[in-house]
Amino acid sequence: MEKKSLKIESALARLEEIVRQLENEQISLEESLELFEEGVKLADSIQKKLSEAQLRVKKVLEEAEGFKIEDFGG
Amino acid sequence: MRSLFTQIARQQPHGPALPVFTVSQINRVVRDLLEAGIPALWLEGEISNFTHHRNGHMYFTLKDEAAEIEAVMFASQNALLQFTPADGQKVIAFGQITLYERKGRYQINVLEMRPAGIGKLQLEFEKLKERLQAEGLFDTRFKQPIPRFPERIGIVTSPEGAALRDVLKILRERYPIIEVLLFPARVQGEGAAMELAGAIRAANRYSLTIEPLDTLIVTRGGGSLEDLWAFNEEPVARAIFESAIPIISAVGHEIDVTLADLVADVRAPTPTAAAQMAVPDRRELIEFAQSARAQLKQLVFGRIENYLLRIEMLRRSRGLHRPVQLLHEHEQTLDHASGLLLRAMRERLARHQERWQGLVRHLESLNPASVLRRGFSVVESEAGQIVRSAEQVRVGERVKIRLHQGRLLSRVEAKESDHGKEISKD
Repeated sequence: MEKKSLKIESALARLEEIVRQLENEQISLEESLELFEEGVKLADSIQKKLSEAQLRVKKVLEEAEGFKIEDFGG
Repeated sequence: MRSLFTQIARQQPHGPALPVFTVSQINRVVRDLLEAGIPALWLEGEISNFTHHRNGHMYFTLKDEAAEIEAVMFASQNALLQFTPADGQKVIAFGQITLYERKGRYQINVLEMRPAGIGKLQLEFEKLKERLQAEGLFDTRFKQPIPRFPERIGIVTSPEGAALRDVLKILRERYPIIEVLLFPARVQGEGAAMELAGAIRAANRYSLTIEPLDTLIVTRGGGSLEDLWAFNEEPVARAIFESAIPIISAVGHEIDVTLADLVADVRAPTPTAAAQMAVPDRRELIEFAQSARAQLKQLVFGRIENYLLRIEMLRRSRGLHRPVQLLHEHEQTLDHASGLLLRAMRERLARHQERWQGLVRHLESLNPASVLRRGFSVVESEAGQIVRSAEQVRVGERVKIRLHQGRLLSRVEAKESDHGKEISKD
């Protein structure tokens, strides 16, 4: 199940961080495999999310009782 | 021609043989006097007797309550007019006062003309601009940065306009991951300024009470100066200034800069450009993710290769002046370690069959013996330890170099760091 709340910005930042950590020789093999797994997952989910996204457009009208929100075909 | 005029002026009334001029000559003189004496100017008046002649030129009269002047606007100039002149219309005209020599009539040759209302608007605009500037509404210190990775964007514009179509098209192409909320407002005509200001405020209330908006685009497409006018009105400027949501403003075309543009956090030349500024391009982000993924793979494979190489070297070092029992223990540990490694890899592979297939192929092709065959060699110290750093041996110490075939018994003559610098002798 894809996490719905994957934020592109933090995912990109984390991916960059993982690459940097793996470049560091000090970490253990076990750790590097974990990072590798996390990084690949992250890269794939960023790509999937960005390629498959569909723009959602809504129209917002402010009325006396509050906001009225309608789908907007655009 | 001047000299002819001087000649006339100098004539004595009773002098002998007053010269006789032709009509053409004198009209030429008067024309030159007018053109030289009165620089090009702006003239305000009402149009009457307007005709647009077959030859393309426009002939009309400009008048006020007490006086009239003939006017002509030639085809090459009137082709650029932004409006259609008509009788009764008040205009301001820019041109040169001259004489139509054939009729001996003086007139203005109009080079540029605008409806007089715009002139007044322009004046009011300049005054308002000065006032808002003095108040600091355009100050850069109030400009908010536009978030690079927005999640929800508001658009204040007309639902029917071309501007909205342009913006949505770009957002769809570049970054469709966001949610777009349209706050409709008429963008021209009576009351448009109040609607625009209202929609900007509504967006801010929405952001505060329902869900946050990262960026607000306030836009409309190109149009005449009057069409864009609502964006020059004070309520719009104030609403933009007060907005807690960063605002990108894009009104009209590149050349039109409205007060809304000056107050906004960022001004975009067109609606399309506004959308481009509002979101990153997903193609670049995908490219980044893909290259990071490839880099990760390379780093981890390199590490595994190294590890296998070390295991193999340790395995080979058994039997070198070591108690047999210790060797067996050592061997067992190694087997366990490499077994663990392979099992760990396989477990992951089972979970990510597809992704890891490449890796397993790679791993299994990594027969440790082939590492030496490929030209790597291993250096052992006198104590029988694998040498991984120049720090481990002394100058003068004997070392053994294992090759794919055979060994070399060598002596360390000098040591260098990775950068080729000699390490001080120890």
